[in-house]
Amino acid sequence: MNTAAIETQENYLNAGYGLKSWLLTKDHKRIAILYLITITIFFFIGGIFASLIRIELLTPQGNLVSSETYNKLFTMHGIAMIFFFLIPSIPATLGNFFLPMMIGARDLAFPRINLLSWYLLVIGGAFAIFAMLAGGVDTGWTFYTPYSTTYSNSWVIATALGIFVSGFSSILTGLNFIVTVHRMRAPGMTWFRLPLFVWANYATAVIQVLGTPVVAVTLVLVFCERVFHIGIFDPNLGGDPVLFQHMFWFYSHPAVYIMVLPAMGVISEIISVFSRKPIFGYHVVAFSSMAIAVIGFLVWGHHLFVSTQSVYAGLVFSFLSYFVAIPSAVKVFNWTATLYKGSISFATPMLYAFGFIGLFTIGGLTGLFVASLGFDVHVTDTYFVVAHFHYIMVGGTIMAFLGGLHYWWPKITGRMYPENWAKLSAAIIFVGFNLTFFPQFILGYMGMPRRYHNYPDEFQVLHVLSTAGASILAIGYLFPMVYFMWSLRYGAVAGANPWGATGLEWTMQSPPPVHNFDEIPVVTHEVYDYSTVVKEGVEVG
Amino acid sequence: MSEHVDSVKTYTAVWLILLILTGVTTGVAYIDLGAFSVVIALLIAAVKMLLVALFFMHMRHSTKLTQLAAAGAFLWLFIMMAFTLADVWTRGLVGTPGR
Repeated sequence: MNTAAIETQENYLNAGYGLKSWLLTKDHKRIAILYLITITIFFFIGGIFASLIRIELLTPQGNLVSSETYNKLFTMHGIAMIFFFLIPSIPATLGNFFLPMMIGARDLAFPRINLLSWYLLVIGGAFAIFAMLAGGVDTGWTFYTPYSTTYSNSWVIATALGIFVSGFSSILTGLNFIVTVHRMRAPGMTWFRLPLFVWANYATAVIQVLGTPVVAVTLVLVFCERVFHIGIFDPNLGGDPVLFQHMFWFYSHPAVYIMVLPAMGVISEIISVFSRKPIFGYHVVAFSSMAIAVIGFLVWGHHLFVSTQSVYAGLVFSFLSYFVAIPSAVKVFNWTATLYKGSISFATPMLYAFGFIGLFTIGGLTGLFVASLGFDVHVTDTYFVVAHFHYIMVGGTIMAFLGGLHYWWPKITGRMYPENWAKLSAAIIFVGFNLTFFPQFILGYMGMPRRYHNYPDEFQVLHVLSTAGASILAIGYLFPMVYFMWSLRYGAVAGANPWGATGLEWTMQSPPPVHNFDEIPVVTHEVYDYSTVVKEGVEVG
Repeated sequence: MSEHVDSVKTYTAVWLILLILTGVTTGVAYIDLGAFSVVIALLIAAVKMLLVALFFMHMRHSTKLTQLAAAGAFLWLFIMMAFTLADVWTRGLVGTPGR
């Protein structure tokens, strides 16, 4: 197939032109692209805040911005990255695009609701951006009371409203995924023939539907107390400030799994394809996603170890937090076992997958550190915690997101990205990431608190290393931006199945036709059955 | 499943019961029952919610899967409340040094 052929064959990209054909589309693939553009914008907004934070921390004196501005910087970094980038990242883009194809469906169960969910994210994001431009918000992304309800003079309500609205985007995506997986699987696509990416997104959807309403309710209660002085969290009005933390983390801890479960799904796909083997212990890996989704709801109290939470509750939450490590470790061991005697190739997605396994393991194991009551008291609100969750969210989720984007880019666009540039940028990101965040473990252990913009002189070397790493990381993120754009026009034509992958999404042309399948396929093979796949080269298409 | 609909008579009866319970909630608000005011109000609200779910939302005739999904929501609500209360109720059991 040549360039002319890709432009003449009908696909979802050339099926209609003009803004209206995109803004009113009900095609899950186009909606995924809309999401991709939206979250990329928020990634760069969050990235700008992160850059300013790291530049400020170059010197021990707080001399770039005031303390008040610094509070706003880390708050808005967290809000942009968590609520408007990480939570929608993999499910709403790669999940939206590929979940229907992977199960042999022509679209999600509710295409209009799918479009509505994107609009809700945009409306919520608009509120958040308005709050940022109007003067920002300074409560930290966690909105802890009583600061957020009583004392903060920043744009708390506009931001909370933005998160409230975008939460419904997340709920609707989850609902759509659940119904789609239950009702729209092709004949023969049994539950245990579902790709693990689908299992991961299904488990994520359960969390989205069950957890997100709680954070919405919590933010409404903050609103009620702030505006109408109804006593929910303020002890003077008969409330309990720790109740806020319970309700907030009931959602926001599982939200970590909303961010990382789909990432694990991506890694399962990539590891399998690039070692040309079915995932070792498929059933256990599938159930481990469900286990993480359920146990993830029983651990939130580990955020409250020093918040006057009862010691007994702390003990239980600490124990249950160790428990959630089991299904996570199952996944890591099974990916590693899949590699054993595999025919491994080191394409870019696989490099990201290797990066994910290493960084997620460090992030997960340090999670066990902070789940233990005694150690947590020492490192609470220090850079140790900052490093820990960035290893999960950046080292885990963003590595997997980029890995997945490279893996499926040929299917999404019909073009290959430039392999050498991509490998280089994967290496830059891995080095930059570790240089940014590893020193923060040491800083935190030594006692550097988070959310301060000045610090004792002896911490400077580690902070300079971290800022240097962040600069490298930023360059690593800009590379894919540039070469993905370049590949849209100049990339080699990919063909239907450039990786020789199993999975229904690779059986159709690239980019896919509007309705995915002319005829709904009948699935007769087990999942990841490489004996059936004939690799179609770039030319064969 | 969803084709199965109750008679107008049943719906009217459920609606009337809901109205009566709303009246009872309002009435009870004027009587001082101490801590039980909240308990009674929540109990009535729970009964009303069940009536709406079972009749108006057709949960009685739904598939097992739909009923399971609805039950899951209650289980999760229970988890949230139980663990939060487990904290609140056991906070005072260990003395604070120096107090």
